[in-house]
Amino acid sequence: MTETKPGEIFILIPGGTSRHGTSLNEGKFTAAYLEETSTLSMNPGDMARLALKAGDRVRLRTKQGSIELACAAAKPDELPSGLLFLPFGDWTSRLMGTETHGTGMPDSTALDVEVEKV
Amino acid sequence: MPSAEPKIVEDATCTFCGCLCDDMVLTVEGDRITKAKNACVLGKGWFLGHHIEDRPVALVDGKPASLEEAVDRAARILAGARYPTLFGLSDTTCEAQRIAIAIADRIGSCVDTTTSVCHGPSGMALQSVGEVTCSLGEVKNRADFVMFWGSNPAESQPRHWGRYSTMPRGMFVPNGRKDRTVVVVDVRRSKSAPAADLFLQIKPRKDFEALWVLRGLVKGIAFDPQVGDEIGIPLATLEDLVKRMKQCKFGVLFFGMGLPMTRGKHLNVEAALALVRDLNDFTRFYAKPMRGPGNVTGADNVVSWQTGYPFGVSLQRGYPRFNPGEFTTVDTLSRGEADAALIVAADPMANFPQPARDHLARIPYVVLDPKETPTVRKAAVSFTTATYGINTPGTVYRMDDVPIPLRPAFASPFPSDQHVLALLERRIRELQGVPANGSAL
Repeated sequence: MTETKPGEIFILIPGGTSRHGTSLNEGKFTAAYLEETSTLSMNPGDMARLALKAGDRVRLRTKQGSIELACAAAKPDELPSGLLFLPFGDWTSRLMGTETHGTGMPDSTALDVEVEKV
Repeated sequence: MPSAEPKIVEDATCTFCGCLCDDMVLTVEGDRITKAKNACVLGKGWFLGHHIEDRPVALVDGKPASLEEAVDRAARILAGARYPTLFGLSDTTCEAQRIAIAIADRIGSCVDTTTSVCHGPSGMALQSVGEVTCSLGEVKNRADFVMFWGSNPAESQPRHWGRYSTMPRGMFVPNGRKDRTVVVVDVRRSKSAPAADLFLQIKPRKDFEALWVLRGLVKGIAFDPQVGDEIGIPLATLEDLVKRMKQCKFGVLFFGMGLPMTRGKHLNVEAALALVRDLNDFTRFYAKPMRGPGNVTGADNVVSWQTGYPFGVSLQRGYPRFNPGEFTTVDTLSRGEADAALIVAADPMANFPQPARDHLARIPYVVLDPKETPTVRKAAVSFTTATYGINTPGTVYRMDDVPIPLRPAFASPFPSDQHVLALLERRIRELQGVPANGSAL
């Protein structure tokens, strides 16, 4: 079965979720918040193609940094192939660059990330 | 000692998100809220999750300290800095925001809010294009076409649809949802998509192109169908969308983080605002940003009153200068320029790019927060403050710039942000030898 070639590029979409919002109120050091912000949603077809199953760890890398985290399958029609979703938090922030293009806002979504299975 | 009998607080305001729902009915037992009627899942989490925490009122270098010791140390850090920055302000009252800006004025600081990493680019676009705007009440009573672009209200502002924008019956939309067309445009099929009449899955980083094609279609310009392949939405679908937008009686485009956070940033929002302006040649059409933290809109308003600009301001020369990219906090931290910071009701240590966080960890900073956060853990001085809207009164601004009062549920042993900032401002004046005229206390 085909495995991820080093450097295969996906597009990461950080965002909010209900669980992100509710666990935020409990505290940013709670297990629920940490789990929610460190679980990567992937297109099921991409996961199958890359020989990944739920809970496997993947490494995401940008020019800014890299993170390793567990993956989970998104609903079948939620994410098109090539897109990843991760709730906002410490993990998404590690991948963000500092260039704000004169706006104050760093590129925070639709980030090109290299994905490889750990 | 807190009363043991349950207390009911009616018409309380939830400050979790920019909806600022002010129809909460809270059941308070002692020093906890045990029920929050009318709250959405996020509001319930907000009310039930904020209680009196077992923490000292202040920490100096990680050790418990009295309020007076902490104020003195914080004031010395800020008054002695060469290039301090004020950041945050989105989860506190307008009354507290005003005092924070007064402090910034005293010490010649940058003034920046979480807007700079939220709808700051939208604010820049508003300055360029203008905003054809309305209140959420007008949307409720008049809107028959409602579009959400780069926004997931089902999970980020859950009552927006039910209270304001798609479900409620209004004066001119008597059948509520049945009288409305709801469109969601997003790169992924979020939980908001199933409730829409039309879901358009746009390709990532193609919002600018899509909005300009829509502008062209509104003006009657014909496009090659290939643009649909570029954007991810067929041209015929875009043409149909424009037809619906032109034919509605009252349309509104709500835009979320998908526009200002992605490549193009303020240019994406400019395109959206210009599209809405163009549509007013045919019908009534409006644009509103979807706001996150409870009083970020209040921060925009207060900083604008006080300085003339909404965020990214420097008061270092004794007069306000506005320059996003120069005075905004991701930039001043990432470039290693700020040598001290006052952070109020925000958590940059959790949300900023790593180089900015690394620099923040190297400089002395002061933080006010009801909860322990990554930012609190690395502060030189941290104050545990009462939670606005739960323990303290004050004024907040809903996402449509309508001011709403807070009705607190129970008292807190911790001081409010407003009180701590007033103490800080007075101490800074003492250190500077400036009379404390019209004390904020």
